[in-house]
Amino acid sequence: MASKVYFLPITPYFVEKVIAKEKPDGILLGFGGQTALNCGVALHDSGVLAKYNVKVLGTPIEAIKATEDRELFVKKLNEIDLKTPRSKAVTNVNDALVAAEKIGYPIIIRAAYALGGLGSAICHNSDELEDAAKQALANAPQILVEEYLEHWKEIEYEVVRDAYDNCITVCNMENFDPMGIHTGESIVVAPSQTLTNHEYHKLREISIKLIRHLGIVGECNIQFALDQDSDEYRIIEVNARLSRSSALASKATGYPLAFVAAKLALGYSLTEIKNSITQTTIACFEPALDYIVVKIPRWDLKKFRNVSRRIGSSMKSVGEVMAIGRTFEEAIQKAVRMLDIGAYGLVGNTDSRQEPQKVTKRGSRGKATIFSESAGYDIDEELKQPTDERLFVIIEAMKEGYSIEEIHAMTGVDEWFLYKIRKVIDTEEELAAAANIKELSAQLLQKAKKQGFSDRQIARIINSRANDIRALRKKHGIIPVVKQIDTLAAEYPAKTNYLYLTYNGNEDDITFRGSRKKIIVLGSGVYRIGSSVEFDWCCVNAVFTLRQLGYEAIMINYNPETVSTDYDVCDKLYFDEISSEAVADIYEKESPDGVIVSMGGQTPNNIAIKLAESGVNILGTTPESIDSAEDRWKFSKLLDELGIDQPQWKELTSISEAKKFAAAAEYPVLVRPSYVLSGAAMSIAFTDEDLEQYLAKAAKVNKEYPVVISKFITNSKEVEIDAVAANGKIVLEAITEHVENAGVHSGDATMVFPPKKLYVETTRKISEIAAKIADALKITGPFNIQFLAKENEVKVIECNLRASRSFPFVSKVSKKNFAEAATKAILGLESWNGKITDAAQGISCVGVKSPQFSFTRLKGADPLTTVEMASTGEVACLGATTYDAFMKAIMAAGFRLPEKNILISIGGDEAKVKFLPYAKKLSGLGFSLFATEHTELFLEKNKIQATMLHKVSEEKSPNILEYLSGSNGNKLHLVINIPAAFTKKELDDEYVIRRKAADYGIPLITNLQLARLLAEALAAVKPEELEVKAWDEYN
Amino acid sequence: MTGVGALKSAKLVLQDGTVFNGKSFGAEVSVPGEVVFNTGMVGYPESLTDPSYKGQILVLTYPLIGNYGVPDNRIRDENGLPINFESEKIQAEGLVVSDYSFDYSHYTAAKSLSQWLKEEGKPAIFGIDTRQLTKKLREKGVMLGKIVVDGCSDVEFEDPNLRNLTLEVSANKKVIYNSSVTFLEKRSIKKKILLIDCGVKLNIIRSLINRGCCVIRVPWDYDLLADKEIDSDGIIISNGPGDPKMCNATIKNVAAAMKEERPIFGICLGNQILALAAGGDTYKLKYGHRSQNQPCINPETKRCYITTQNHGYAVNMKTMPSGWEELFVNANDGTNEGLRHKNKPFFSSQFHGEHNPGPRDTEFLFDEFLRMLK
Repeated sequence: MASKVYFLPITPYFVEKVIAKEKPDGILLGFGGQTALNCGVALHDSGVLAKYNVKVLGTPIEAIKATEDRELFVKKLNEIDLKTPRSKAVTNVNDALVAAEKIGYPIIIRAAYALGGLGSAICHNSDELEDAAKQALANAPQILVEEYLEHWKEIEYEVVRDAYDNCITVCNMENFDPMGIHTGESIVVAPSQTLTNHEYHKLREISIKLIRHLGIVGECNIQFALDQDSDEYRIIEVNARLSRSSALASKATGYPLAFVAAKLALGYSLTEIKNSITQTTIACFEPALDYIVVKIPRWDLKKFRNVSRRIGSSMKSVGEVMAIGRTFEEAIQKAVRMLDIGAYGLVGNTDSRQEPQKVTKRGSRGKATIFSESAGYDIDEELKQPTDERLFVIIEAMKEGYSIEEIHAMTGVDEWFLYKIRKVIDTEEELAAAANIKELSAQLLQKAKKQGFSDRQIARIINSRANDIRALRKKHGIIPVVKQIDTLAAEYPAKTNYLYLTYNGNEDDITFRGSRKKIIVLGSGVYRIGSSVEFDWCCVNAVFTLRQLGYEAIMINYNPETVSTDYDVCDKLYFDEISSEAVADIYEKESPDGVIVSMGGQTPNNIAIKLAESGVNILGTTPESIDSAEDRWKFSKLLDELGIDQPQWKELTSISEAKKFAAAAEYPVLVRPSYVLSGAAMSIAFTDEDLEQYLAKAAKVNKEYPVVISKFITNSKEVEIDAVAANGKIVLEAITEHVENAGVHSGDATMVFPPKKLYVETTRKISEIAAKIADALKITGPFNIQFLAKENEVKVIECNLRASRSFPFVSKVSKKNFAEAATKAILGLESWNGKITDAAQGISCVGVKSPQFSFTRLKGADPLTTVEMASTGEVACLGATTYDAFMKAIMAAGFRLPEKNILISIGGDEAKVKFLPYAKKLSGLGFSLFATEHTELFLEKNKIQATMLHKVSEEKSPNILEYLSGSNGNKLHLVINIPAAFTKKELDDEYVIRRKAADYGIPLITNLQLARLLAEALAAVKPEELEVKAWDEYN
Repeated sequence: MTGVGALKSAKLVLQDGTVFNGKSFGAEVSVPGEVVFNTGMVGYPESLTDPSYKGQILVLTYPLIGNYGVPDNRIRDENGLPINFESEKIQAEGLVVSDYSFDYSHYTAAKSLSQWLKEEGKPAIFGIDTRQLTKKLREKGVMLGKIVVDGCSDVEFEDPNLRNLTLEVSANKKVIYNSSVTFLEKRSIKKKILLIDCGVKLNIIRSLINRGCCVIRVPWDYDLLADKEIDSDGIIISNGPGDPKMCNATIKNVAAAMKEERPIFGICLGNQILALAAGGDTYKLKYGHRSQNQPCINPETKRCYITTQNHGYAVNMKTMPSGWEELFVNANDGTNEGLRHKNKPFFSSQFHGEHNPGPRDTEFLFDEFLRMLK
């Protein structure tokens, strides 16, 4: 861990402050992604690094610039005769159009200094280019117009060089999806599968030539396009830093790239560093894999209204999974399940009883898989213009009789991958031919398992049950073996236990006996909206605690982006599925003392009951209790029994009953499915029509558990408690308040801890209720309850008997480690000493947690927060006051404080009145206010000067669009758009304002409480007065 | 496409009695050999045609094999050498893999790996836990074994190292490449290289031709000094299979050339032969080095190179007479990876600067050699 941590925005302003204060000797720029790299370059250019005599360690600034400035990059590569796509860098739309004419359409545009391919687009004609160029130039000073290498293979190399010119390529990777789809949006395999020795080593040789020429010290990622039909290649880009791909490469090979790159930056030579897996060989080598790794991105596009589902050259995915196997089929089927999108594998996803008759014709309408919202789509169209469901469309197409050649022609996916997918479909057919489990031969079962079929998937295909398949395969001795990832394909013995399961082998690599007590911790799985690094922090801290206490800690997780999947964090890492099948298989081999399911969020929580049924010892709160909290009906009933207040509720029995309830309780009502994370399919219904639609959606999300409808209470504060209990008694708790009123999902809310605006009576009631629930459910371990607080009344809306998203936040602000306490409670080492530790006690600072949204990337999505979570990340900052911490937090989340021009557009009279004093404040601070028609009238009536702007649809000047695009030279710096309270559909005009703001990268606030807090903060603190203090200076 | 069901069963039997069951995807014959593993992830056409695998059953630790098929052997360069292979035929006795890819995809592919193996009469087996097998070989050392295909007559174990394998793979007569003067004139370097073929990989010849050399390829036991027509600028001792001590004639000829201080560059087996000719000794490694990721350090410059290797024997540095020093050392196990004479024009590498398969980092050794020639 670092000696000092600053919870501050990574911006040149704040980093300079820290440099001035700490006077460091050196700075590392390549470890914090594009954000850190951009910040470092800016600090160098402005002379800050020179002024404070801070040395850039590792890759020098010149080399970074050569990779970031496209023109410079091309020039550099030309110097050593390496090929790049024909291209031209431009700074305005006109030049872009001229360049495109020269190169010839289709072309692709990319923005310089952009993360995740932001602002890149494929254009087939000048109209498309004009639009795309405008948008890209709004976010970047320079864009690149270049030849579009349609359907070329996309290959990546991870290259390492030390200061003494020793070079290695740690890994190469091949994208399943060809050029045109961002590598973050692509299915990726490692190592490459369709490259010959000549191609593999030609690109490797070029990689090394290039890293030497650029003078990189440390690590870089090089992306190549390789023609499928000739020896032609192009170098697409170089990332002179650790990247998403290098994280994947590290996990795929067991080679710790970040660790090695840090050592090299400090001046070590590659030959001086040990291979940390073997401990006997050196880090100057290239890993030899004896398995295949498949990465698949996870998208959450369904969470956004109006969003474009197309995937392409800019990144929309929010997470990824990595699966390891000894056949491609095994690895990809595991990976598909790991995505946790409801798929059982490549096949067996549609209900077998409803399987339609096969038709063999072209251009047929695909029958939607369970993943598609809209039934029926044009297969040809989907193959040519991929969406997040491309893999399933390919399978559908094969089943519809499309040939491999046809699919290859339309998708560009190498036929080798398609052949392998077809083998899985063939096996599905073979399985389906067995009328029942008795007809399932051991041979066929084994073949299916070698191809990565899960027990449940097989059961679905042959109309059996997963447990019966499991029993059958165990009877035949068909069980997976445990293999090690050792970087050297067994040439030398491995000292660490980085493991995976496979059916393609006869022998376990390890023995399972040990002298210490063993505990398995289940990880959090794929990052998705609602579950990100927070839960991984909890898991890692659980593992640390276990190891400190002398236990053997075994981790199961499959997310390559996490710390928990660093093999040296735990004693044994199973990089594999978190499913009841895989966990039970590992459990049976390891015979551990128990399994912790409450640290990894919803994924492990959801399999607790199934695991317990198969004889797994679940540690901490019992699975029955977990069920009582997750099952909405059981939980609401329990609250009634305990006499704890909750919003009026009813279990869904029929649509008419639901309507009757809604009428009696008065709309709006909230529709809530059970066992979900991040409010999936949770919706507020305002009318009978809404209700019907949402109930149908909710029923689809989780068929096994009930849906509950409850009264939605407006204008209510939302408060949470995070706590740890031992045997039903709370030992540690933290109460956190939301800035936004109830109606914004807790994951999208701005959180303040310790709470500053809660009545003592409210917090007292909350503690009391939490204690009652902890006792009733005999909670042992972590839990979180969410409340509505209105006029001193407190109602429970939700309870989760697991670590919550805010555990790391309250732990870091209070410096009381909730994950550690919870782990000790689970182990029975924490007992109630008669009083609850309130984490807020004695804290003199305030912590504010702000969400990070990705709306700019999600074309078409309405950038509005609702009961279903939409944020893709979060930040937290500390400060002496709420204002101080809040300002820093929003800036850390990428919010630029307004310079001058603010557009205000507020729906509904009540909200207008509520915002009035704050508008006055903003006006008084010297901001120029602009407003939409009604808001402007209202402000004028109240003697606040504002300029009226016409709606986009009115096409009259002065128009909002001119000010959003800045085409009139007077750009807006902030848009405050508060939609009329909870009307069902956003008005088109309002949506356009929000969407365009996102497209043009203008900060946007859509919540009244948040807008008020911002106005207050701007009035209270000047940006230059914001505190710059290290974590340990706060107490 | 053939279904797996239609395939014959086959097994790999090791000398210690271990049996690995799989399915046959090559020729339906049983063969004996020395079982060795290679950890390279690409390059099965190059590896299989590498004459150094003569007498050996090759286990590939990378599990997915056959993905990109096999290129057309009829495609030749201007010197008549096949451009995609390291010799004219498959040299390994048999092939053992985990997951054979029946379907292949590559624009250069002319046939499947299976078809090629069948045409060349070489058995192959898939469905093997190659990791388990590799660990066994790592722990117990390379072992004799045999592939036995169902329905084919069994064979006895046989130690190929007791034979002179070089004799089986070396050219049987002198061949001259790139002798055309007009062609030579286009190049800046015009050297005549005498290449002792102990089972040479063709990329050694290509690497020399690409540098403008004329290559005179002679059999392993060719009496260099007796042939007065050869006025070469330097001598390369090629790679090759088996125990270097089987190459008595070569050792004797090289020793004679050393007396005349003719410039010599030894590659792989050539490294060992050079050592033996200088009076040093060689020994058998437990399981050899066969991979594309062996780090070798030059002790003088400290530079580390990633190299391709394929050898079961090594030079015992302690036995080298004075005047010799180590040019490269294996960074993983400290074994010798190359020699250099302190004041005479002799050097060698245990690894393959000509790569194919493998990384191209050490191709500069050919340039070094040419620089050494006056």
